Amino acid sequence: MWDIISGIFPYAIAYTIPLLAAALGGFFSERGGVVNIGLEGLMVIGNFVCAVVISRLQPKLGTGAIWLGLAMAAAAGLVFSVLHAFASISLCANQVISGTAINMVASALTVFLARTMTGSGNVRITLGFIPFDVPLLSAIPILGPLFFTKTYATTWLMLAILALSWFVMYKTRFGLRLRACGEHPHAADAAGINVYRMRYAGVLISGALAGLSGGAILVTFSGEFNGTVAGLGFLALAALIFGNWKPLGILGATFFFGFAATLANVSQVVPAVSKIPGLVLKAFPYVVTILALVFFSKTTQAPKADGEIYDAGKR
Amino acid sequence: MKGLKDLFTALAAVILGLLAGAVLMLAIGANPLEGFSYLFRGGLMNIERIGNTLATATTLTLTGLAMAFAFRTGLFSIGASGQMLMGGLAATAIGLSLQLPKWEMLTIILIASMLAGAIWGFIPGYLKARFNVHEVVSTIMLNWVAYWTVYYTVPAYFKAKLETESARIPDFASLKVPWLTEIFKGSFINLGVFVALGAAIVIAIVLNRTVLGYELKAVGFNRHAAEFAGINVPKNMALSLGISGALAGLGGATYYVGYAVNMQIGVLPSQGMDAIAVALLGANSPTGVVLASLFFGVLHSGKGFMNAMTGIPPEIGDTIIAIIIYFAATSVLFTRLFDGLKAKLRRKQ
Repeated sequence: MWDIISGIFPYAIAYTIPLLAAALGGFFSERGGVVNIGLEGLMVIGNFVCAVVISRLQPKLGTGAIWLGLAMAAAAGLVFSVLHAFASISLCANQVISGTAINMVASALTVFLARTMTGSGNVRITLGFIPFDVPLLSAIPILGPLFFTKTYATTWLMLAILALSWFVMYKTRFGLRLRACGEHPHAADAAGINVYRMRYAGVLISGALAGLSGGAILVTFSGEFNGTVAGLGFLALAALIFGNWKPLGILGATFFFGFAATLANVSQVVPAVSKIPGLVLKAFPYVVTILALVFFSKTTQAPKADGEIYDAGKR
Repeated sequence: MKGLKDLFTALAAVILGLLAGAVLMLAIGANPLEGFSYLFRGGLMNIERIGNTLATATTLTLTGLAMAFAFRTGLFSIGASGQMLMGGLAATAIGLSLQLPKWEMLTIILIASMLAGAIWGFIPGYLKARFNVHEVVSTIMLNWVAYWTVYYTVPAYFKAKLETESARIPDFASLKVPWLTEIFKGSFINLGVFVALGAAIVIAIVLNRTVLGYELKAVGFNRHAAEFAGINVPKNMALSLGISGALAGLGGATYYVGYAVNMQIGVLPSQGMDAIAVALLGANSPTGVVLASLFFGVLHSGKGFMNAMTGIPPEIGDTIIAIIIYFAATSVLFTRLFDGLKAKLRRKQ
């Protein structure tokens, strides 16, 4: 049993990290009052841009190309999320529809571009990040094998971003203002905060994080752009709700999904798990999400103005 | 006047979407005029291709109606893909297990697919009504549950040679009929066309001429006002998503035992997402949905031909559809433009 757990733990963490990045993106957007269903599409954009940058520049830059690819993925996600911000904040469009449009544009456009570049619609990279054992820490009994072996550089980057997100959201003026815009935009406006600008900031940060998340998928476990991130963006959205719009809750929820999904993926090779029908394992995270929502939706602590259009003329 | 405004908005979104498509074609060094001419010829060039366009539009009409119906009650269901899969699975299961005369068979298949879709729609509806679970998230989760259900059920019980698809649907269980196939020179068109048209008429009547439709729309306009007026809001929400699911399930039957000859696993049908575009562009009215799905039908059935003739990737069709949704979502721009034009005309008079 211990062997199974310590064996799949590193994979579960690798799978959790992109989910965590995207869910943190949703955290910034929704705490500011804008629902971002477009996370999935923004991840696809990041995944694509990262693949293109790395496949073009790796011969010249080596590992540097991977970092550059991740940076460009975040930048591309940020630029693309402007579309969502413009529609849902400036034009008062329905946020869910705008986000859905982002998803569809992203997956169609990237495959379109990939096909003109490579012909097949897939972009493959030859080398991503190589997992490494953290020196000293990986020698700690129990904790070492679980958390400090076969780790990716992106894992530590994302954990740093998680800590930074917590700090920005709860300990800075910016965070306080952003949360005010998500709870009661009219009061925030009356207090002299530019609600439109704050909400734009929230959505753009979410775009950058979702783009980074798409890049992280590429450089850790997938290694190939193929036009989809397999619903991870939606799962991140569910994790955000499951985690009650709080950083630590999000970490817990994304890790739960990461672990459940990894368990389902490796079920064939682990005898203890392979007795459970595949359908049960695969459907488990989704069913549990629904059940969790059933239990938590009544007492939910969603930002009060989440998903509501802000119209300064309406009181 | 509202109909006119909707038409103006829809046309503006379509034109901008096509323009964006032209820009993309230019960007990859192709000739947009040539591209579009092959795109539309691919959808309309001869009677067989028109048949294929109609067959594609059939499923889109049903899923589009499903979306529009939920939208009217103020619910944003993204579950059409999963409901299609469940409807299709029910249809495939019956088609491969029962042996009955064609008409009885088809009746049972259509009813079963409606029921399967309805259950898959009723669950999020009930959860929304009873526990306030957001329907966007629950429908997405149910899409994936449906995806994995099909993924494991089809190979376990209904496969033929290949692991990745069901056995071929026998002729007596298929919505394809010889006379229709002959008229359209061997295209994919099937009886689903009439099912879709019938559904559009029924939904139009339900929405505009019945108490149920009135209540559903009232909940969509303002659920608090509806509650105050004595309308049972939770019941209507659950019912609305149930009916929406039934329509999408029916769409699944027209696709998996009509358009296609078997059920592939590992695919979340794109018609579920395109349905959102259809409903939006059709301004959530049954007539609009039929027109919009015909237009998207042309794009979908023409894109392969365009790809073969010009080398432009077929994803241009999906890109155009996606951009049209974006512009339809930002329709407030056009509405302002429309109101501005109207005001200008009035001033001139």
